[in-house]
This record gives sequence, structure tokens and C-alpha cells, in this order.
Amino acid sequence: MRPLSPTLISMAALALIGSATLTPGSSQAQELSYSQVERGRYLTVAGDCQACHTDLENDGVPFAGGRGLGTPFGTIFSSNLTPDDETGIGRWTRDDFYRALNEGVDRDGNHLYPAMPYPYFTLMTRDDTDAIFSYLRTLDPVTTEVPENELPFPLSVRRSVWGWKLLFFDDQEFVSDPNASDAWNRGRYLVDGPMHCGGCHTGKNALGADDSDEYLRGGVLENWYAPNIRGGESGGIADWTQDDIVEFLRDGRSRHTAPMQRMGEVVAISTQHLHQEDLEAVATYLKSLDDEPREGQSEPDAARVEVGEAIYFDNCAACHASDRSGVPYLFASLGTSNKVLAEDPSTAIRIILGGARAQPTEAVPSVLAMPPFDWKLSDDQIADLMTYLRHSGDRNAGPVSASQVSEMREYLAGEH
Amino acid sequence: MTFSQDRFAAAARELGLSPFPVPSANMSRAYVNPLGLQLAPCTYCGFCEKHGCGNYSKSSPQTTIIPVLMQRPNFALRTNSEVLSIDKAPDGSRASGVTYIDANGDSFFQPAEVVVLCAYPLENTRLLLLSQIGEPYDPQSGEGVVGKNYCYQVMSSATVFYDEEFTNGFVGAGALGMVIDDYNGDNFDHSGLGFIGGGYIACHTTNARPIESHPVPDNVPSWGSRWKKAVRENFLKTTSVGVHGSSMAHRSNYLDLDPTYTDAHGRPLLRMTYDFTLNDRRLTQHLTPVAEQIANGMGGREVKVNIRRGSYDSVPYQTTHNTGGTIMGADPKSSVVNRYCQSWDLPNLFVAGAGLFPQNAGYNPTGTVGALAYWSVDAIINQYLRQPGPLVQP
Ligand SMILES: Cc1cc2nc3c(=O)[nH]c(=O)nc-3n(C[C@H](O)[C@H](O)[C@H](O)COP(=O)(O)OP(=O)(O)OC[C@H]3O[C@@H](n4cnc5c(N)ncnc54)[C@H](O)[C@@H]3O)c2cc1C
Ligand code: SF4
Repeated sequence: MRPLSPTLISMAALALIGSATLTPGSSQAQELSYSQVERGRYLTVAGDCQACHTDLENDGVPFAGGRGLGTPFGTIFSSNLTPDDETGIGRWTRDDFYRALNEGVDRDGNHLYPAMPYPYFTLMTRDDTDAIFSYLRTLDPVTTEVPENELPFPLSVRRSVWGWKLLFFDDQEFVSDPNASDAWNRGRYLVDGPMHCGGCHTGKNALGADDSDEYLRGGVLENWYAPNIRGGESGGIADWTQDDIVEFLRDGRSRHTAPMQRMGEVVAISTQHLHQEDLEAVATYLKSLDDEPREGQSEPDAARVEVGEAIYFDNCAACHASDRSGVPYLFASLGTSNKVLAEDPSTAIRIILGGARAQPTEAVPSVLAMPPFDWKLSDDQIADLMTYLRHSGDRNAGPVSASQVSEMREYLAGEH
Repeated sequence: MTFSQDRFAAAARELGLSPFPVPSANMSRAYVNPLGLQLAPCTYCGFCEKHGCGNYSKSSPQTTIIPVLMQRPNFALRTNSEVLSIDKAPDGSRASGVTYIDANGDSFFQPAEVVVLCAYPLENTRLLLLSQIGEPYDPQSGEGVVGKNYCYQVMSSATVFYDEEFTNGFVGAGALGMVIDDYNGDNFDHSGLGFIGGGYIACHTTNARPIESHPVPDNVPSWGSRWKKAVRENFLKTTSVGVHGSSMAHRSNYLDLDPTYTDAHGRPLLRMTYDFTLNDRRLTQHLTPVAEQIANGMGGREVKVNIRRGSYDSVPYQTTHNTGGTIMGADPKSSVVNRYCQSWDLPNLFVAGAGLFPQNAGYNPTGTVGALAYWSVDAIINQYLRQPGPLVQP
């Protein structure tokens, strides 16, 4: 647990002023057409709902909730989305469900913690939330006990969220840009709405809300740095083509890299199952996002670069090639990697220390793994290696210090 | 190919032979197999022939098929489990399943509609014997089939030592090599030679790991400072031309259950009764000089010939190309399984592996093992499952 920031405390105080309203559940009309249910199923896939609402670590029943989500403020457990009357959404109505996605309020009027990405889902149309609801109603009801959230007071009081929402939440509808193509608009709707890419890839402010200046420029979640995914000029994936993005999301492989760990889960549960046109739309939209050119970085110590290069040659070149170009579709190209060359190198450091697995998909079932090097390379060595890689990459990236590595090493040690 | 293979190929051509690259399951570049599984380019790590590949560069089940099976809901893999027996239905007409123990020592019965025995030729033979399936082979009478036709092979080689040229054998792969097949099978005239079969002759850059591999020339002591000096001088500057001979079955070479030694569960171990035959000895006497001749043409300082003499000995390691014991054939009196690798005794029991080979041809077995497995599985799916029962009437 990180210490609470002062702003957080004031936010909590603010929250105590708010009050919640209670709406009685209204009776529900059950008109389940196949196309409605199927569209809802597809949208839950696009929304990756199953990932958070399944206790994956303990082989939980899909959508029955109970997965612990680490936030900087504590652990929040996901709710049961199956139509169980007592512990699920059995008594919910379409209106209740719409309100949860659109306003972040549950059936009893309690504010939902924004670990549930309603700041994105609020963009979804009523048709779409109704379809999702229809689909969830078809699941077998499962009775579960979802653990209590592990949040410190006053955050443990749900009303504290009210204040947060007052500051950071806009209940808005998606507005198409009439000057842009249908594909671009569809892509933006998916990225900003159901797929909630910004949840990880947009930088957050101290209170965990999206910082609009950091839109899709990279963010940190559970000590993983989700890289910059802007595909236009100077963006993190400026060198990716539209097809590269589609391949990555559909097959779990691309010329550049493969999804691992958290993104691996997203590809496994969500994106590999999406329609080709939707993936193309997402790629169209991401490719339209330019970024600020990187600022110049301080020149690293030449001796460190030289040492880093020698470490690279001995430990990494066998797979990632002497020129750091990797092997397309197998081993990441490090000279152009948006993780190695990110402003925040956490993910690359973490993968060197702890290893990682490329996600197997239906298209590419191979299980590729990067082995951990924590037992072999010291903090200094990893820092020099990273400094070499960042110095010789295709974009400006500053040196890495041994203390950055040791912090991550400590974090990982604490995790196990 | 590296320096050594280039020299081998040139020397072989000089002798009118036809060198070609060794067929290999190491990847020279990235490859996606028909199941969508990815293989990476080999890094010539030098640990190939006795170690798993950390690089996804060697075709083995964990790179080429298991990840696909793992995604199937009807597939289960029980690791750290040992099958103790194949069990028979009470009337003895079919296999009812297998009994196995897990790592805790708990034993389970796994019922089965079809059992495929694929525990390597030696353990396949042992499991059939332990489960009392099929008639054990009797070398006195020549009757019985299980354990019959066990074959191994004779290997020999000629090592080339260079003064100036580096062969850098540690930068090797499992099957990085050039080969000639001119002296294999019936590819050459056997008139007056007094043996049948033959072998391939190849130059591989493989398995030169420092502790395991330290070839030194003739007349160097096998220990002490002169030996160490010779290792230092020669480690990076040697290569070898190997002969991989075939082996024909002999009445006196066979596998059975050991009368004395038992395993941790008190069950008899497998006993191997084996020695090289006259055919094997004549074969190696004829082929080793060809290897020597090629080696002599490879431009080294000297050549050391390693001949296989004396009786069979399980040390030094030659290969893991054991064949026979569960051979296939046309007649239940002389074979364990029919042409579809189906047991003559229990029609829902199929056998895989080089134990099916009645003789050991002068080739590494695994390509043929794989081909027979596909052949057998095709028969299971397209014939047996439609109409369970013997696929060949004896
Ligand atoms: C060092 C070395 C190098 C080789 N090089 C080559 C080569 O270059 N070319 C070539 O063609 N061949 C080579 N071979 C031979 C090749 O590996 C074998 O021919 C091939 O692997 C045999 O396949 P198999 O499926 O019959 O048996 P295996 O691959 O041995 O598989 C048998 C499996 O059964 C399991 N098993 C055994 N007993 C039991 C039991 N009681 N219960 C449950 N499971 C059991 C084992 O754990 C194993 O997984 C080499 C072998 C070795 C050891
Ligand atoms: S030599 Fe063998 S083990 Fe080593 S990388 Fe190549 S295929 Fe893999």
C-alpha cells in the first residue's frame, strides 16, 4: 500500500457531504431476441468484462466476480454479474444496469468505485448497455460471496466516490465527428467506450482519474507501464502500420512484439474475438493520434553504454539479434520498442527481472516466454543494459538508474 | 553450414560421393507450422542433442503440438505420473485402461476406449511383458514375440585435427551437418562383402560442450598436464566424420524381464541381452575406412580413427536409437502388432515408437517413428473408430 496523498483525504472529506439516493427496482421486461443477446455477448467481449468479473487466479466461474483489482488506493473486488438474485444482478432492471454503466451508481444507489471503468462506459449507447444486460441475463446464476474491498477509511465509504465523480466524472454521450470516416468514429467509440483502452494506457492524476493531457500516452497499473499507443507522428507506435495493430490484437503477434501479461489477458479474452472491421476501426483511430515530439535526453555515460552493449550481446542477442531487431512475430524488436524506449521504463525493467510470457491465442497457440534475469544480472548491470538499449533506440530515451531497477526488484520480491 | 561441413562436402565430392545437408528438425529461420505454432531461428547454442531447446528452435512435442492440444477441452496431460500396467477387460478381449501412480504415490485406474502405448521402445516392451499382453520371446525356441528383434547399432568415426583453422565446435546445433548416403542400405554393391545393410557417413557440428567433449590426437595421455595442453590446443580445431551403421536382428539379441533386479515398486526391470553380430562387425570394418578417407581429404594436420572393437558395452554413449521389441508384421506368430501398429492381442491397444521396426536401418529413427504414428492414428480415426475391432484378420 502506498501512503495516501493529501488530496485524497480532502476528496474523501468532500465525499461525506454527498448523499446517495435509493431507487426501488422496477419490474423488467424480458424480451430476449437472439440478435440482441448475441450483440450483447460481443460487447461484453469488447469490454473485456469477463477479465475483471472472473476470479481468474482461483479458476472462478466466468462473470461471477471476486477478482481482486489492485489500485494505488487498495484492493477492490469485482462484483458478480450473473443473474443471481442475492449476490448477482438478478433483481436488476435494464434501467439499473444502464445507470451503473452510464452514471457509476449501483441498484441501491451506491456510487461504484471507478475501478469499474464507467468513466469510459458512460459513452456507450443505451442500445449497447441494454444488449449487454440481455446477454448477462442468459448466464447461469451463481451465488458467490465477493470479499469486502480492502480500502482504507475514508475511501472505504462509498460516498467518498461521489466527490471523486464530482471532480472527474462527466456523464457524457459519444458524439460522432461528422468530418471523420465511419471507421474512425467506430474506432474511437470502441477505444474510448467499451474497450476502455485509456484505463491502462492513459496517464492518471494523483486521484487515479485520467489526465486528459496524457490521453493514450502511457500509464501505470499495478506496476506495469502500459505503453503509449498513439499511432500517429511521434506516437509510441508510430512505426506500426494499421495491419500491425490488427495482427497484434487479433493474433496476439505482430512484427514488433507480442502481448504479454495484462495485455495478453486482454487479447486472450477480448480482442482476438473481435470482428476484423472493428479491429481495423481501432487501428484507424489509433493511427490518427499524433503526439508531441520527444524532448532531447541527457547523454548517458559512454562507459555505461559500452558495458550495457556487452551485457546485451552476452545475454540478449541470441534471441533479440545483435542489431536488436528481434525476430518478427517471435521476439520483440528492442530498438523500436515502445516499452524499452518509453518515458517510464518500468515494464521493460520488470520483464528483464521477472520474465514474461507471450499470450497464446487461437490463431497462434505457441507459448513463448522471456526468461527472468533477476538471478543473473545485478541492478547496475540491468541499468546499464537498459541505458544502452535506450541510447541506441529509434527515439530519445534517457538513461536508467540502478535505483529504478532495485525498486522494481523489491516490489517483485514483495509480490511473491 | 560451417567450415567443417564445407571441408567434408569437398572431400566427399573429391571421392565421387554425393554429400547433402543432413535433414534436420532445427530451424534455420523462423517458421510457423501447419497448426499455427511458431518456431524461432536456432541460435547454435551447442546444447542441442541432449537438452530441451530454450529457443523454440527444435521440433519437439512442446513446440510443435502440445500448446494446441492444451487449448482443447477434451485433452488432459497428467504430468509426473507413471503407468504401471495396461489392464485387460475380464474376458481378456480388450484393454480396459491403464493403472498409473502420481507423484504422491497414489494409484489410479484410467478407463479407456483406446490405449496408445508410446513410452519408448524399451518401456513399451516392458509394459507389455508386465501386463502379460502377447507371448514373450524365447531365444531358445525362437517362439514368442514380445522382446524379439531388439537391435542397436555400431558407430565409428574419424576425428580431424587442424593446426590453423578454427572449427569452433561449441557453436553447434543438433543436426548441423553434411552427409553421404552412398554407403547405406542397398545404395552400394555388396558383392563379396559378407554383410547386408550399411550406414550414413556425416560430419556434424554438435555437442562440443567443454566438460563433455575434449578430443585429443593419438599418442596423448588420457590425463595430466600433457593431456590438458592437448585439450587446450585442439578444442577449437577439431571436427569428426561419423559412421552411423544399421543393425540387423539376431536370434540371440532380445529384451525380457530381469529375473533379479526390480524397480521402486518391486516390479522386474527390463533385461537387455545384446552383442554386436558378425554382420555389424563386417559392416563397420567396411565403412570406417571410407570415413577415414573422407577425413583425410579435409585438410587437417592429422586424423584419428575411432573403431568400434570388442563386445557391446553401454558406455561410451553411442546413440539412443534402440529398435525392436514390439515389432510390426504380417503374422501374429512373428510380430507384436499389425501393419496399423495395432496389437494382435487387444484390438484397442496401439503401439508407437521405434520398437515397431523389425530391423534397425542405418538412419536415425525419429522421422520414421513420427510417420508410423501418423499412419497408425489415421487408421484409428478413419477405420477403427468407425468399426472397432481388428483392422487386419490374421
Ligand atoms: C541424446 C539423444 C539424441 C538423439 N538424437 C536423435 C536424432 O538426432 N535423430 C533422431 O531421429 N533421433 C534422435 N534421438 C532419438 C529420439 O529421441 C527417439 O527416437 C524419440 O524421441 C523416440 O520417440 P518416442 O515417442 O518413441 O519416445 P520418447 O520421446 O522417449 O517418449 C516416451 C515418453 O513416454 C514417457 N514414459 C515412459 N515410460 C512411461 C510410463 N511408464 N508411464 C508414463 N509415461 C512414460 C516418457 O517420459 C516420455 O515422455 C536422440 C535421443 C537422444 C536421447
Ligand atoms: S542448437 Fe538446438 S537447442 Fe540450441 S538453439 Fe538450436 S535448436 Fe535449440
